[in-house]
Amino acid sequence: MAAPKKGRNASPQSKPGRSLALILIAIVALTGGMFASGHTTPRLGIDLAGGTSITLQAKADQGSAINKANMDTAVEIMNRRVNGLGVSEAEVQTQGTSNIIVNIPKGTNSEEARQQVGTTAKLYFRPVLASEPSGAAASPSASPSSSSSGGASPSPSGSASAEEKASSSSASPSSSATSQGRAVTDALKADATPSATSSAADSASPSASGGTGSSGNKLEDQYAKLDCSKSADRATAGKTAKPSESTVACGDIGGAWYKYMLGPAAVDGTEVKKAQAVFDTQTASGWQVQMNFSSTGAKKFADITGQLAKNSTPQNQFGIVLDGEVVSSPYVSQSISGGQAEISGSFTQEEAQSLANMLSYGALPLSFKEQSVTTVTAALGGEQLHAGLVAGAIGLALVVVYLVAYYRGLALVALASLLVSAALTYVIMSLLGPTIGFALNLPAVCGAIVAIGITADSFIVFFERVRDEIREGRSLRPAVERGWPRARRTILVSDFVSFLAAAVLFVVTVGKVQGFAFTLGLTTVLDVVVVFFFTKPLMTILARRKFFAQGHKWSGLDPKSLGAKPPLRRTRRPAGPAAGSVDPKEA
Amino acid sequence: MSKLGNLGARLHRGEISYDFVGHRMLWYGISILITITAIVGLAVRGLNMGIDFQGGAVFTTPKTSVSVAQAEEFAKDASDHEAVVQKLGSGGLRIQIAGMDTQKSDEVKTALAKDFKVDSEAINADLVGPSWGEQIANKAWQGLAIFMVLVVIYLAIAFEWRMAIAALIALIHDITITTGIYALVGFEVTPGTIIGLLTILGYSLYDTVVVFDSLKEQTKDITKQTRFTYSEIANQSINGTLVRSVNTTVVALLPVAGLLFIGGGFLGAGTLNDISLSLFVGLAAGAYSSIFIATPLVADLKEREPQMKALRKRVKAKRAQAVAEEELSATRPAPADAPEDAAPAVVGPRNQPASRNRGRGRPSGKRR
Repeated sequence: MAAPKKGRNASPQSKPGRSLALILIAIVALTGGMFASGHTTPRLGIDLAGGTSITLQAKADQGSAINKANMDTAVEIMNRRVNGLGVSEAEVQTQGTSNIIVNIPKGTNSEEARQQVGTTAKLYFRPVLASEPSGAAASPSASPSSSSSGGASPSPSGSASAEEKASSSSASPSSSATSQGRAVTDALKADATPSATSSAADSASPSASGGTGSSGNKLEDQYAKLDCSKSADRATAGKTAKPSESTVACGDIGGAWYKYMLGPAAVDGTEVKKAQAVFDTQTASGWQVQMNFSSTGAKKFADITGQLAKNSTPQNQFGIVLDGEVVSSPYVSQSISGGQAEISGSFTQEEAQSLANMLSYGALPLSFKEQSVTTVTAALGGEQLHAGLVAGAIGLALVVVYLVAYYRGLALVALASLLVSAALTYVIMSLLGPTIGFALNLPAVCGAIVAIGITADSFIVFFERVRDEIREGRSLRPAVERGWPRARRTILVSDFVSFLAAAVLFVVTVGKVQGFAFTLGLTTVLDVVVVFFFTKPLMTILARRKFFAQGHKWSGLDPKSLGAKPPLRRTRRPAGPAAGSVDPKEA
Repeated sequence: MSKLGNLGARLHRGEISYDFVGHRMLWYGISILITITAIVGLAVRGLNMGIDFQGGAVFTTPKTSVSVAQAEEFAKDASDHEAVVQKLGSGGLRIQIAGMDTQKSDEVKTALAKDFKVDSEAINADLVGPSWGEQIANKAWQGLAIFMVLVVIYLAIAFEWRMAIAALIALIHDITITTGIYALVGFEVTPGTIIGLLTILGYSLYDTVVVFDSLKEQTKDITKQTRFTYSEIANQSINGTLVRSVNTTVVALLPVAGLLFIGGGFLGAGTLNDISLSLFVGLAAGAYSSIFIATPLVADLKEREPQMKALRKRVKAKRAQAVAEEELSATRPAPADAPEDAAPAVVGPRNQPASRNRGRGRPSGKRR
């Protein structure tokens, strides 16, 4: 009997009807969106649905040993990479002494996840000692224009030379790094234009000398032999370099391979405090990664760029080296202070975001090799889950029975509100699966069950207020309107506490606790939304129905059974607006 | 319902009430007893931390026809621990057992090999570290600490510091009891347990705040009347919201009870037990502490305030006077009424705000 009522009463008075219409439209729209997106069920966590298990083996190189501390750090960093928001339910743990297991729930993009956990993400800023195109594959690039530096105020000499070279030479730069400090936007110019300088390492090194003469010679030999068009060479070049030593490296600049001879690292990727992917709208050069340095990093960066600016090409460039590969090699025309820089390469959005993610969360102290990838079934047996669902359903049925027995007609309002709340939760969780990787695990399901209690409490607080008003001798409509502000305050004050818990835990914690905080916050907000936009308007409308307003025995609002004072009916009709004297003792 | 409804009405009018505040020492005592039991349980038995917290061993079997349920039995027999068994893409099984060292894992491996009727070399055993590492735990503690500080500040502003302290004590009470019972029952602590505890934390505060909200409303103009002391009004406030508290608790507990007793007990959904137990105990404790601990605590703290002491004196004096001049107030036994009803009678028209909720001011003609 609730359904026709809604329809018929929506029109006569607009206000409650409008709220009801609003929330129904929202449900329909969200449901439509859910079906349109094709994700009609929430993504389930690994404990409920199983997933993929990746085993990674640590490789001892780059001067760091495989020990417990390094492994634990690696686990933490991987965890944050695959579970940045804490809602994806991925699990990372060590196995044995040198393995790490990463469990990813079904339905996650496991390719992407494998890349995320496996990438070391060691980032260094190294001064360029020499660079040139490498191998025949260095084909002329068709896009010679991307050397811009944010377009604010290009330094005349820099841009001129870049353009000249770009037009005259076959290869072209496609990467740039510009300082984000407003005053120094022109300080960096991308200049990947190869200059076939083969300067000796020791004479060229702009900062501290890269090594002894012998190592410098060895480096030159390596550099001469290096052919970056060969994947075998690329796989080894510079991958094992220590940050304190000079090295050679390859870089894919604008679709062509370049080889570099690089000095010792001047700034470490760990000095990056925060990184984020941005789309460069000014020059439309695509996705970039913006970095903020820590204070020491900013100082180091200012020093090195100041030194480099004094040199001539190519020694005024520095290479941004990620996992032994040069991703960008901008040149410097003046010292860059301000502690900001950006990397632009030919990134797609995902690449830029994943790089920013890795820079923010730090580099792995070890590098890893994928050892095995296998599917696993749910940790929670299917029959157990089934039993749990049946038990939960029985519990819910008991709730319905209790509500109907106690609140009678009002139970319809409570149940309809619970249904609306459940529908909204379900749809939103389903939609959050593909958008932010939200996965529902067993604790979240239990959290949702407790949320039933908290949501129902809002109605119960409201109903009890209304019934108190009726006991005072008020008729239903004024009772609803007078009971609501008081119930509303209680609901808001108490839900705020829940929301505070959710917000703090979400911001501060990581992993599953964060996921829990998200679920709690979501259900709390939905509770408020449902009470304000559904329960209250529905009560307002129902209060006009004879069945409720006259306090039918089955409406749950019968003044007699609620124990409204008899003097009331003796002196005046119960529906009368005047409250009457409830407590005659007020002499 | 009519019986229950009447009960609600009589509670509302104060015709019947339970003296929660008056009997507070009894309930404090009971709570202290339970809490001590819980702490002793924690100290003696300790928490049985699961594989996610302390690590353990992972056994990988070759392709096998043994079912997951059977494997769970085998693993439990071999190790005395609940095992997590997953089927792998290869057709083999992955069995995870908490709290294994190398020696123990070798024993289990041999036992499992016998059960699975394969060579023990075919089973691959590895020690695994915790997936719920120290970092997650540390951050969780940090988050909790920040939340506690913020919530105390919030409650101190929205209500007052006494209520904030009482709410915090009630919260600690609930968490201690839940953790203690967990230790006594001996279930393995999983991430689900922790999530359950956090849920309890949220619920306990929520419930306390709902009760305090009513308390705050009823004690708003308390100093303007001389009929009731703070404790009495606090008690009436609890009784007034009792129906709501009972209903909410029933509604919140029923689904969890379903999971715990029907799911865990009859249907054998073993792994659900850990979460539903912590939820069940916690929810019950949360509802109990709001009424029996938090509100009486506030009353205790409030009664120390000079203002409230003065009020208590005035109330006593007034009552003594009332006994003397019985003819004036003989029409009705005063203490049985709700505070709002009483307030205007004492203070007269000046005190309209206290009766604003009843709207009794308007039909002035109705007053006798």
